[in-house]
Amino acid sequence: MEFIRLIGRVFINFFEAAGRLGIFTLKVIYSCLTPPFYFKQLFSQFLEVGFYSLPVVALTTTFAGMVIALQTYTGFARVSAEGAVSMVVWIAVTRELAPVMAGLMVAGRIGASMAAELGTMRVTEQIDALTTLSTDPFKYLISPRVIAGLLMLPILVLIGDVLGICGGYLIGVYKLDFNATSYLVNTWNFMKPIDVISGLVKAGVFGFIIALMGCYNGFYSKGGAQGVGTATTNAVVSSSILILVFNYIITEIFFRT
Amino acid sequence: MFSFLKKSTKKTIPNGHVPKIKMTGVYKTFGEKNVLNGVDLEIKKGESLVIIGGSGTGKSVTLKCILGLLSPDKGSIKIDGEDVLNMSPHERERINKQIGMLFQGAALFDSMSVWENVAFGLLQGQKMRKKAARAIAIEKLAQVGLTEDVADMYPADLSGGMKKRVGLARAIATNPEIIFFDEPTTGLDPIMSDVINDLIVSCVKKLGATALTITHDMASARKIADRIAMLYEGKIIWIGTVKEIEKTTNPYVRQFIAGSATGPIHISAKE
Repeated sequence: MEFIRLIGRVFINFFEAAGRLGIFTLKVIYSCLTPPFYFKQLFSQFLEVGFYSLPVVALTTTFAGMVIALQTYTGFARVSAEGAVSMVVWIAVTRELAPVMAGLMVAGRIGASMAAELGTMRVTEQIDALTTLSTDPFKYLISPRVIAGLLMLPILVLIGDVLGICGGYLIGVYKLDFNATSYLVNTWNFMKPIDVISGLVKAGVFGFIIALMGCYNGFYSKGGAQGVGTATTNAVVSSSILILVFNYIITEIFFRT
Repeated sequence: MFSFLKKSTKKTIPNGHVPKIKMTGVYKTFGEKNVLNGVDLEIKKGESLVIIGGSGTGKSVTLKCILGLLSPDKGSIKIDGEDVLNMSPHERERINKQIGMLFQGAALFDSMSVWENVAFGLLQGQKMRKKAARAIAIEKLAQVGLTEDVADMYPADLSGGMKKRVGLARAIATNPEIIFFDEPTTGLDPIMSDVINDLIVSCVKKLGATALTITHDMASARKIADRIAMLYEGKIIWIGTVKEIEKTTNPYVRQFIAGSATGPIHISAKE
């Protein structure tokens, strides 16, 4: 009897959490599309999510491009297919590495900070204070963060694409002794817009997920410092998992054979 | 569930005899704990009512229900005769524009300077220009005894008493018709508590506002209140003037104002 009760409780908790997240998401979308818009908040979130994340995204994607060139060369040498390095770097960086690496890095950087900031505002009653000052916290706090996530991640990934390809080029030409011109020509000939587009769509979805989970966990945090800590952890873990799940789903949608 | 999609409905015009705030049979449960068990309360226009009661008796929940931060399970809450529980968020914002609130921990926005905190309602709610809003903020800060040089400081640089003053300045900045005070003297020394009480009385009088204060500090209650109500186990068990409370024979009220551990109110070890 106790076991059945436990199963019931787990299911109820799951559906309750899913329902609450669903309603939160609808509210967020509604708030993003209806006035008033707080442009000052939006601009500061553009800076926070986009500009200040640039160094970490640039570093990770550059090294990801470099390492994929190295790995492909040594791995493909077994089947004498070293010439495919430039193509593999292009596909891996634009389709997978740049969006996923940027997504995970920004989830750690921005998702955590959003959850911590909103969580602290919640436990110190600053969110309640906003409501009493006739300001909708969804429009003032959450919409700017979600819009910034949605728009800035694709820009970061586009920059990451360029830097990742450059990283691969540097290793290919200066370490693996490929001819610079033929490396570039190979990459150029192999380019397809869909590779970049799929990566940018992923980036937009990841940005939305990161901001949504950061805000959701922060907004509903409770219990003081420990609650804020838990909210931060949950924001990063849940957005990282969702990024990987949606990465597969979007890949399946774009490249189903 | 989808109240955020509701369209606004027509505003009703309040009439002169309608209480400023009226709560009828308000119930609120958290899990299995009944926090409010049918609260009935009327606050007249221009009156200062103080709700006293021990920790966990539902004082804060009562306040949050009136403010719209929590939704009661049952009952009605009217402000100026308008039922605020079935309002769209847009209408609720209109009602909140006539409300000021001083939070227990002041709840100042730590990303903003002191004057931006005070002027927040003017800048965001009333779309006032920065220069004019700053001038009003400085005037309100002066009203609570703070000088202009505090205006550009940040909440992290302020002491507890100064934070309360800034919170009070923010609460009165938009000249609200109703002001709520949540434990205004908690965490302050007795002298600063008295200063804050005096400021509350003078600010409320100057604005002619209706005030609702929740506290467990009897010195504060005696100073601020026109009438005092006692909340116990989620119900208003006594209500009367400051003079009446000194003479009441209600054993619960007597125990509370005497601050005695013996009496009908038992505090279990669990609490």
